[in-house]
Amino acid sequence: MNSPPSTPVAVSSEPAAGAPAEATRLESRNWGPTLESVCLPVGAVAVAMILFGLFCAFAGANPWGVFASIKKAAFGSWYSFQNTMVRAAPIMLCALCTAVPLRLGLIIIGNEGALVAGGLGAVVMGTAWTTAPHTVALAAMAVSAMICGALWISASGAIKLYRGVNEVISSLLMNYIAIAVLNHLVDGPLHDPSSLNKPSSYPIPEANLLGNIPNTNVHLGFIYGVVACLIVWFRMEHTTYGFKVRMIGGNIRAARISGLPVGWISMTACALAGAAAGLAGMVEVAAVHGRANESLAAGYGYSGILVAFVARQNGLGCLIVSILLGGILASGGILQRAHHLPDATVLVFQGIVFLVILYSDSLYGRFKIFQERTHGRK
Amino acid sequence: MAVNDSIGWLGVPLAILAGAIRGSTPFLFVSLGECLTEKSGKINLGLEGTLLIGAMSAYAISYKTGSPWVGLVVAGLSGTGLGLVHAWLSQRPRVNDIAVGIAMIMFGGGLAFFLGKPFIQPMAPALPTWDLGNWSHVPQIHSALKISPLLVFGILLAFAMHWMFLSTRWGLFIRASGDKPDAARAMGISVVKVRTLSIMTGSFLAGLGGAYLSLVYPGSWSERVSSGQGLMAVALVIFARWDPRYCLYASLLFGGAQAVGPALQAAGVQSYYHLFNAAPYVLTLGIMIFTCTPKRSLAGSPGALGSGE
Repeated sequence: MNSPPSTPVAVSSEPAAGAPAEATRLESRNWGPTLESVCLPVGAVAVAMILFGLFCAFAGANPWGVFASIKKAAFGSWYSFQNTMVRAAPIMLCALCTAVPLRLGLIIIGNEGALVAGGLGAVVMGTAWTTAPHTVALAAMAVSAMICGALWISASGAIKLYRGVNEVISSLLMNYIAIAVLNHLVDGPLHDPSSLNKPSSYPIPEANLLGNIPNTNVHLGFIYGVVACLIVWFRMEHTTYGFKVRMIGGNIRAARISGLPVGWISMTACALAGAAAGLAGMVEVAAVHGRANESLAAGYGYSGILVAFVARQNGLGCLIVSILLGGILASGGILQRAHHLPDATVLVFQGIVFLVILYSDSLYGRFKIFQERTHGRK
Repeated sequence: MAVNDSIGWLGVPLAILAGAIRGSTPFLFVSLGECLTEKSGKINLGLEGTLLIGAMSAYAISYKTGSPWVGLVVAGLSGTGLGLVHAWLSQRPRVNDIAVGIAMIMFGGGLAFFLGKPFIQPMAPALPTWDLGNWSHVPQIHSALKISPLLVFGILLAFAMHWMFLSTRWGLFIRASGDKPDAARAMGISVVKVRTLSIMTGSFLAGLGGAYLSLVYPGSWSERVSSGQGLMAVALVIFARWDPRYCLYASLLFGGAQAVGPALQAAGVQSYYHLFNAAPYVLTLGIMIFTCTPKRSLAGSPGALGSGE
């Protein structure tokens, strides 16, 4: 959870960077942590691939063939990469839902619930308001989904802040409550009698569905996801708001004493997080399913939690990791067809990758290569 | 439906009672396992994966060897294996135990579905149960009073664990590691060893809970065998205030609450039936909102829990 070891030495020696020789040394020293934060995750993925290869060999499949298939299915052609992007869209939005509160020091795992709440909000709006022009209707659906998601996560944040209820547990419980509400609504008030074997809501009319990016098979939700990641990245890393959020996460008492409105900032950050997951729900119903039913809770929320941790709560990181994960998820079908591996293979691969990456977090500062210069200077 | 007609609305409390008896055992084992884990100062959110791997391995081994008891033991051991991974990873510096838990749910669940694919169809021999309802001619009472030896073992274990925490040397070690790791280290206890053993034993218990799912009730292996009992373990332990005896009562309550929805549906209530399924979660959330305060941590909460110490 902690951010990688920063470079206080480099910062404090900055005024000394007058002479050219000194400047080169400073520059090369600064590369250490950057190199480290690239090399460690990449190395972790490599180790995970070796482990997964062994696993496949153990299960009787040819590891090289399996990797070739994953690469082909995830990033091999433009067609398959589009599939990857479609899968990545809800994951990156859900990842933001955990990443932003993590900066506050809150571990929110209610992404699935916020996604479902957002999906329901979008479906109600989309089926009720059929007379609006396309853009207006979509905007209304997105806003309604974001409000639902925001309220859902803010509730967890509020009871943490004002009642001291552990946010991990409350947001986890709210997932189940959201799914129960979803089941109730699609089997009751919103039930479409023509959906026989899988209770569903009324379908969103054709005119209110989310279209594709021109000339592609990728729906616009991917753009939503990318924009949201960029906004979060900018807001958290480059504005005073982000600084305040990180300050609360670092030391809430110090933040209070220095006069920050802790309650307000925490609540807005939670609302922002929930809005992202709610938007993921809107994208899923308006672009993929076309209606609300139990397939809305497909586990994207839980994938998002891991992406947030692996990306170290960074918006840009969430973007990249989500696309990688989307690729892994997209290769499930081909592994089943070409290698006779069960569809759960993808889940195993995902689990191994994340376990190794989480482990690699503990290795920061352990390799001398990345710190050599700092040590030499001491 | 037809059977229910004969006893009408009486079927609802009866089904809840049956749920408390049959459905509570997995809750009991995962919550006792989680209680032990959290008492030592770490959270294991990955018990859902442990539960699934336990259910799968119990079923597979029982099918292969013909002995459900061997299956039960293997389920516990495979749970212990996952526990070892969790214990090792979650005690690395800067590694968050909650993130590890979620990764373990994926890994454990994935492994269980992967290895368990061939065992979805065949029928494995189930664990025996004691029929205490033979005196009755009502089939519901008959099936409600099928007591599994595992439930009895779990009840005894709850009280034994309570006694262990309070009155034994090991109980003291575990509580010290969970409350004040520094003090425990000063006492000469290896906190890492205590936590590793606690997490592994806790995972062993969760594995047994999984075996109950596939070998007793519902009694078959499929990818939907667990309905989130493992994830609920963390909430149950908070609900039970880290006391194994209350884990027992909470498990009975949750097992019964889980049966409310289906019982009402069987009795002819068609609307709001899904909302009753959420009853246990709403109940837990409500009680937590009601009893927590931001001023201090909950009574009974291990001091080092979630602090990364």
